[in-house]
Amino acid sequence: MAKVPVQFTLNGSEKAEFIESGTTLLNALRDKIGDTSPKGGCHQGTCGACSVIIDGELRLSCLTLAETCNGADIKTTAGLAEGGVLHPLQRAFLDAFATQCGFCTPGMIMAAKVLLDRTPNPSREDVVEALSGNICRCTGYEPIIQAVLVAARANSQNAA
Amino acid sequence: MSLVLQTFSSAKDANAALQAPGTRYLGGGTLVVRATNEGDVSTSSLVRVTDPGLSQIAVAGGKVRLGASVTMAAIASHPELAALAPAGRAVGGPAIRNMATVGGNLFAPAPYGDFAVALLALDATVVTEGGETPIETFLAGRDTSRAIVTAVGFSLPTAESFRFLKVSRIKPKGVSVLSIAALLELAADGTVSSARIALGCMADRPIRATAAEKALLGCKLTPREIAPALAAAGEGIAPITDPIASAWYRAEVLPVHLGRLLSN
Ligand SMILES: Cc1cc2nc3c(=O)[nH]c(=O)nc-3n(C[C@H](O)[C@H](O)[C@H](O)COP(=O)(O)OP(=O)(O)OC[C@H]3O[C@@H](n4cnc5c(N)ncnc54)[C@H](O)[C@@H]3O)c2cc1C
Ligand code: FES
Ligand code: FES
Repeated sequence: MAKVPVQFTLNGSEKAEFIESGTTLLNALRDKIGDTSPKGGCHQGTCGACSVIIDGELRLSCLTLAETCNGADIKTTAGLAEGGVLHPLQRAFLDAFATQCGFCTPGMIMAAKVLLDRTPNPSREDVVEALSGNICRCTGYEPIIQAVLVAARANSQNAA
Repeated sequence: MSLVLQTFSSAKDANAALQAPGTRYLGGGTLVVRATNEGDVSTSSLVRVTDPGLSQIAVAGGKVRLGASVTMAAIASHPELAALAPAGRAVGGPAIRNMATVGGNLFAPAPYGDFAVALLALDATVVTEGGETPIETFLAGRDTSRAIVTAVGFSLPTAESFRFLKVSRIKPKGVSVLSIAALLELAADGTVSSARIALGCMADRPIRATAAEKALLGCKLTPREIAPALAAAGEGIAPITDPIASAWYRAEVLPVHLGRLLSN
């Protein structure tokens, strides 16, 4: 099978790989590049565990072919912590017990991040809408919604 | 999995590549890549087009042209397409809307194709290299269509004349039990002077409710006057059965939801 080159920015650093044509971004990230923060829950677009941010937009890496990401700016949950300090969303997820098995967490955090980047003070409805493509089988969602609202408040206090 | 992606800068060049057996066009990929992930080995090659023109939205002189690669998210957030925003927002969750394209929605089998339902009510034109086709003809022939759709065009409806409803069990996102779009013109006395109604999930692809359209003419949008149209809504339907709802259930609730859409 012919290999094709892909090159993109992942969490601020340049990545270049040869991959098999037709490889999903999820498989390229996990198996080639070694970023296992996006999870493969369904490979069907249904669970949201593989969510990543591509050029500022939330996308499902399981339904995105890696070759279509040449030159893109990709962000995953693995890139959020800075110098060992957790991102406010990660902190809030821990504090609010919004993570149980943790499988949905990276996708939830990506979906929440694009929301807070655009809507720093979201309503509860905004949060529910933003997370509506992400499934959690453990928490019952309420702690996750609360964590995002807490992170939003922490953000706006920092800004004030 | 052995899958090869071919990238072209124009639809013209890609059309030739698409004629090869086992080759499919890649839009946003939410259905195609999903199928290959699931083990659909009938697809060995995907073709995509990077022409930025395919992602353009043009609104001028009351006419709208949506490039085939325009996403549901782009429609939902476009200031001049507010009338269509509910139909754009009806598709999937946020990540799906960032990927799902207009072109792909035209081919999506029921229970998908919510946006195509809106386009059918709007009497859109589907544009390919070969020319322009009325959406009804296009949908009827889509299983054997091999040409790349480059755009859809339609007259921009006013917010008052265009109504859209998607019924789903999971809120705020969830697959359709059914979807309905209606383009209605009212005369000065409040009676319906023209009606075009499209239904989703009432067949394997969007269909028109022509009997209900006829029955609405000359009626005021009151519960009493629309009753004959609601009674006619089920004419010619063959709803799908899936884990969301049976064909029987879909047929039963269609008049109820059409009634709500028409009378509010
Ligand atoms: C979790 C999930 C939820 C969903 N929810 C909904 C929903 O609520 N409502 C809904 O309507 N749909 C839904 N869908 C289905 C799908 O996302 C949409 O129908 C979408 O618009 C399909 O577009 P696409 O660009 O992703 O299509 P693709 O997967 O790229 O293509 C679909 C088909 O259309 C063909 N095609 C695509 N573009 C063109 C073109 N320009 N010319 C010729 N052929 C073309 C492809 O070859 C393929 O056969 C959902 C899908 C998933 C995975
Ligand atoms: S793995 Fe991508 S949505 Fe489930
Ligand atoms: S914490 Fe287990 S799926 Fe969400």
